[in-house]
Amino acid sequence: MSEPIKVPTLAELQAQGESPEIVFWVGCAGSFDERYKKVTATLCKILHKVGIKFAVLGTEENCTGDPARRAGNEFLFQMQAISNIETLNMYGVKKIVTACPHCFNTLKNEYPDLGGNYEVIHHTQLLQELIDSGKLRIKEGGPFKGKRLTYHDSCYLGRANDVYEAPRQVIESLDADLVEMKRSRRFGLCCGAGGAQMFKEPEEGKKDINIERIEEALETQPEAVVANCPFCLVMLTDGVKNKEKEDSIKVYDLAELVWMSQE
Amino acid sequence: MSYLPQILFVLCLSIAGFFIYKRVNFIRKAILLGKKKSVNDRKSERLRHMLLLAFGQKKMFDKPLVGVMHFIIYAGFLIINIEVLEIVLDGITGAHRLFAPYLGEAYSWLINLFELFAVGVIVTCVIFLIRRNVLKLPRFWSAEMKKWPRLDANLILIFEITLMWFFLSMNAADSILQSRGVEHYVQVGSFWFSQWLQPLFANMQTSSLVFYERFAWWFHILGILGFAIYITYSKHLHIALAFPNTYFASLEPKGKIPNMDEVTKEVKIALGLAQADDSPAPERFGAKDVTDLNWIQLMNAFSCTECGRCTANCPANITGKKLSPRKIMMDTRDRAEEFVRQLEQGKAIEEIKSEKSLYGDYITKEEIMACTTCNACVEACPVSINPLSIILDIRRYVAMEAGDTPNEWNVVFNNLETSMSPWKFPPTDRFNWVELVNKD
Repeated sequence: MSEPIKVPTLAELQAQGESPEIVFWVGCAGSFDERYKKVTATLCKILHKVGIKFAVLGTEENCTGDPARRAGNEFLFQMQAISNIETLNMYGVKKIVTACPHCFNTLKNEYPDLGGNYEVIHHTQLLQELIDSGKLRIKEGGPFKGKRLTYHDSCYLGRANDVYEAPRQVIESLDADLVEMKRSRRFGLCCGAGGAQMFKEPEEGKKDINIERIEEALETQPEAVVANCPFCLVMLTDGVKNKEKEDSIKVYDLAELVWMSQE
Repeated sequence: MSYLPQILFVLCLSIAGFFIYKRVNFIRKAILLGKKKSVNDRKSERLRHMLLLAFGQKKMFDKPLVGVMHFIIYAGFLIINIEVLEIVLDGITGAHRLFAPYLGEAYSWLINLFELFAVGVIVTCVIFLIRRNVLKLPRFWSAEMKKWPRLDANLILIFEITLMWFFLSMNAADSILQSRGVEHYVQVGSFWFSQWLQPLFANMQTSSLVFYERFAWWFHILGILGFAIYITYSKHLHIALAFPNTYFASLEPKGKIPNMDEVTKEVKIALGLAQADDSPAPERFGAKDVTDLNWIQLMNAFSCTECGRCTANCPANITGKKLSPRKIMMDTRDRAEEFVRQLEQGKAIEEIKSEKSLYGDYITKEEIMACTTCNACVEACPVSINPLSIILDIRRYVAMEAGDTPNEWNVVFNNLETSMSPWKFPPTDRFNWVELVNKD
C-alpha cells in the first residue's frame, strides 16, 4: 500500500506559503451526492497519480449559484457568485478544474462579469490533455477494449461551451468502440436536469426526459453509458433502472473509465 | 401610343410602396417597444456570422436535402429579382425586354437561367407543400400551428408557384409572338424551359396571345408587389430580418446568461462591498411584457418563420410538455403587434399593460417552468433566434417580482441561503467526501 493521498485545502497551502498549480472545484453534487462523491475521489486519485499540485476549497466552497440564476433568482445567484469570487481572489486562484459542467460554465462564462477571471477547464478536457501528453498512460488491452460505449453530451459542456471532442478522444484512447446515439454533439438531447429541473418534479407530459434519452442510449446496445456531469449521471442511472437494465448496463463518469484503464 | 399602361403601372408601384412603408413602420415601432441595447462590438465577427448563416444559410444544411431545396428557392428569389428590375423598368418606360439590346447573346442565357430557377422554385414549392400537407411533418402540425400559421405557410408556397408559372408561361407566349413577327416583341428566341409550354398556346390567335402575354406580365408583377405587401404581414418576413437578426445575435458561449448589472449594484451594497447611491432602482426585474424585453429579443420574434426546428429539438416538447420555443416567439410577436395596434388607437402604455401581458395572457407559467435551459432551441435555429433568453427573463420576473416560483425551487433558494448548497446538508460536511479518496 502506497502512502495515503493527501488532499490539501487552499487555506492549508496558503499557511505553508504555497500555491497549487490548479484548484479542483468540487461542486455541490461532487461534495454531497453519494454517487458523485466517488467521481470526486477518483479525480483526486488521478491528479495525485500524475503529480499535479492541486488543492480544493473544502468547506470554503459554496454553490456557484447556477441553479438560482436559471430558476430566475438573480439576487441569490449574485450573492453566491460574489462571495465565491471574494474567496477565489483572496487566494489568488488562476486555474480551476471542475467535474461539473454547470460549475464549469458559470465559473468560466459568468464569473468574469462579476470580477472573477480564471482559466477554467472541465475534467474531461484535463483528462484528454493528460493522456495526450503521456502523463497519464492507458493500459494496452484495458477493461474497455472493444467494449461498446455510448457517450452522452451534457448540455452545459456541449452546446453551452462547444466541447464535443475532448471526451470522445479520451474514450477512443481506451480502445473502446464508441457508438453514437441518434442525437449527439450539437443535437444531443438533454437528460432533463438542467435549468434547475434537477430540483423539482417535471411539468406534466407524456414521458420523462431521462427516459426518452435512455431509450435512445439503449438503441445503441451499449455495454456502458458515459457521462460527464453529476446531474446527467443521476438522470441516466435512474433511466437505466427504470428500464430494469442496471445489472447489464452501467453508467459511468468519464474519469472512472480512465482510472480503471490507467497503467 | 397610349401611356395609360405606364401610368397605371407607376400608380400600382406607388400604392404598393405606400403599404409596404406603412407596414414596415408598424413593425419598426413594435420592435422598438423593446428596451435599448447597444451592440457595436466585434463587427467583423458579426458580419462573418451573418454571411455564413443568413447569406450562406449554413444551418439550413444541418438537414442537407431540405437545405438544398431551400437554397434553390432562396437563390431563385435573389436571381429572379434581376428580372423583376427589367419588368419594373419596362413597366415605367413602356419598353419590352429593355435589357435585350444591351446584352445581346447574354440576354437569352440570363433568361434561361431565370427559367431554370423558376422551374426549381416550382418543383421545390410543390415538394414543400407535400411535406406539409400530405406527409404531415410533425413540426408543421403541432399545437400552435393551426389556422393562420398553417394557412400562411401554404399561401406563401402557392403564391410562389403561381408567380413562377406566370413568368414561364409569359415567356412561352412571348416566344410564339416573336416567331409570328408581331410588332413590339423583340427577337430573343425561345428559352430552355418555356419552349415546352409553347404547345399550350400554339393554336391561339395572335390577339388572344398578346392578351395572355400581357395578362401574365401584369399578374407576375402585380403578384410580386402583392406578395411584397403580404410578406410584411406574414412569417415570411424572415427573408429580410434574417440578416440583421444574425448580425445582432449573441457571440458569447451559449451557456452564458447575461449579467443583470442593476442587481450587482444592490448585491454589492447588501454585502457591504459598495456604497448606496441615489440612482433609481430599475422599474422591473425580468420580463412580464414585451416592453420589458430588449429590441433584439423582439426582432427575434419578427424574424421567426415558424419552421419549428426549435420545438422539434426541445426536450420538454419532445416528451409532451406544453413548452414550445416556437410558440414563445410567436406569442412575443403577436403581443408586440397587439401592443402597437392599441397604441395607434390612442391607448396609453400603462392602460395597455394593465389589461393584458405577455406572461400570463399569452405565455403560461407551465410553459416557462418546463425549460431545461439546454439551448437545443438556440442551436437549432437557422437564423440565430434565442427563445431561451425570453424564457429566462420571464423566469426572472416570476422569481423576483411575482414571487411565484414552484415550491421545490423556493426550498432550493432557502438551502442556498442557509447552507450554500441546493440540498440541505450542513456546510461543515462539505469536505467529508475526502474520506473516500483513500478507500479501496
